[in-house]
Amino acid sequence: MYHFLTTLDRRWIFLLMLLAVAIPILGQVQFPEKATGLAKSTFDAVEGVPDGGKVMLAFDFDPPSEGELGPMATSFVRHLCERWKEQKAQGRPTVKLYFLALWPVGPQMIDDTIEKVIKADYPEMVYGEDYVNLGFKPGYEGVIKVIVTDLRGLYTTDALGTNIDQIPMCRGVENVQSMDLVINVSAGYPGTKEWVQYAATPYPDKIKIVGGCTGVQAPILYPYIPKQLPGLLGAIKGAAEYEALVNEHYDTKKGRETPAKYLEGKRRMGPQLIAHVLMILLIVVGNIVYFIGRSREGRST
Amino acid sequence: MKRETLIWTILFIAGGLFLAVRAGTVGMGTEYVKPVDDVSVPANASDRISGVAEISWSRTIGIWTAAFFTLCIFSYLYKDNPFYKFAEAIVVGVSAAYAMVVAFWTTVIPNLLGKLFPAWIQAGAMPGLSPVRPDFWYMYLVPLVLGVMLLWRLSPVGNWIARWPLAFIIGTTAGIRLVGFIQADFLSQINSSIVPLIAMTDRGFDFWQSVRNTVGFLSVLVCLVYFFFSFEHTGFVGKVSRVGIWVLMITFGAAFGYTVMGRIALLAIRLEFLFDDWLWLIDPTGKRVGM
Repeated sequence: MYHFLTTLDRRWIFLLMLLAVAIPILGQVQFPEKATGLAKSTFDAVEGVPDGGKVMLAFDFDPPSEGELGPMATSFVRHLCERWKEQKAQGRPTVKLYFLALWPVGPQMIDDTIEKVIKADYPEMVYGEDYVNLGFKPGYEGVIKVIVTDLRGLYTTDALGTNIDQIPMCRGVENVQSMDLVINVSAGYPGTKEWVQYAATPYPDKIKIVGGCTGVQAPILYPYIPKQLPGLLGAIKGAAEYEALVNEHYDTKKGRETPAKYLEGKRRMGPQLIAHVLMILLIVVGNIVYFIGRSREGRST
Repeated sequence: MKRETLIWTILFIAGGLFLAVRAGTVGMGTEYVKPVDDVSVPANASDRISGVAEISWSRTIGIWTAAFFTLCIFSYLYKDNPFYKFAEAIVVGVSAAYAMVVAFWTTVIPNLLGKLFPAWIQAGAMPGLSPVRPDFWYMYLVPLVLGVMLLWRLSPVGNWIARWPLAFIIGTTAGIRLVGFIQADFLSQINSSIVPLIAMTDRGFDFWQSVRNTVGFLSVLVCLVYFFFSFEHTGFVGKVSRVGIWVLMITFGAAFGYTVMGRIALLAIRLEFLFDDWLWLIDPTGKRVGM
């Protein structure tokens, strides 16, 4: 057995991991999600946007990280749209959504989310009055550094090429400090770290940021919590927790059934559990093999 | 024929037959659209049954191409092969070209040429732009000149000229980042580390917050001791720095755990795409109910 384990081709491990992820997907395995503190504070930050408030959504990710970040982006937009719907129904000023991206493929991610959430389920929202897509600008943190004081210096048009002065909801918006909340969905550089460094930290009383990030980034961003970053969704687990909060607040409490497309995070946590169990088993087995090998070496010398 | 070649041949034939049968019987990998306001949007099963939906060949080819490239990339897990190299080269090429085109149309045209020659750009490229030159428009000649100097690198003669704009980029980036790190990571982190070890709330003593603050504060101290090389790590300092190593190891373990979670999520989405959009083995969002 020892010889078998020490000479095992690593491709068998790959196959095991493939099965550990594939089987729960095929079996549609799902587990209940319970929100933890960070997801709750992110939810509260979005709930805290005042009537008629402005929210900037910076989608700094691309298709390779869509698996982790797509569900967060969907939930953030859905949450804001639900708030818009409530405000509209009660005749209060409605929340405004400003989308932008610092990654070249970010605009496609924005378009996908707008298509999937706003156009499909909130068709009464009007482009240019309730939401706008400002598109992508290259320049990494340089873009953030400029737009925190002068948005129009860089964003002369929206993603469709319309002059920003002709877009009703952009009138009076001079910079990021005009926003009541900045939501950043981040896959790396530039992302939440840069938004914290160049927007939230220099203007702590004027710019409030919450984020959602990939698992790789989460440990780097934790030191910013809570002063510089009041809310953070780490990886698909954070997405599933936030999604559960939004669904509970806007569906379960109102006796509605949540559409399947808003359960992506929960669905993707099923394979996570099985794959993590396999990972733990592999680590335990690997350590046992290592210690057996070391004791055998000790005996032979 | 080698045993490995035989196994792979059998697998390919079986896989091909499976695809052919599923494509012929259930129509897997086909995308349907319906027209809404002169725009084609994805159609669901009821649209197809009612006859308003039609096959979108461009989207269908897209699904099959995406599935092919996903499998090409996965094939690297077995061993390096021409399919993987082909997919890798396509990703690199397409990404570079895409980034270049997007940067040209989102920055060079509206933010540079649109400022220098607004009337021309408005008439010929972006009707949404203002045709009026902004105040101090001549300032935009500086980035234009620097841009041309940077492209000079491609010239066989005088390519040293590109070093000047490069120096400008490096200098400004270093300056911007230095300030950002000092403010957000150095000073703010010191500020965040100074917390009351006995946390009090309106309701009195908060035990768990106190524990959190104390553990965080002590962890910072022991890690700093580990990176303190002015004294030899023996005796008390050695023991404290050893605790620092443990704290660092726990941090690395947490980071590794998050990385594993991220990678599994990426694998899950690719498999979900293969099983749902391509093979039609699952239907988690109910888009094919009734078909």
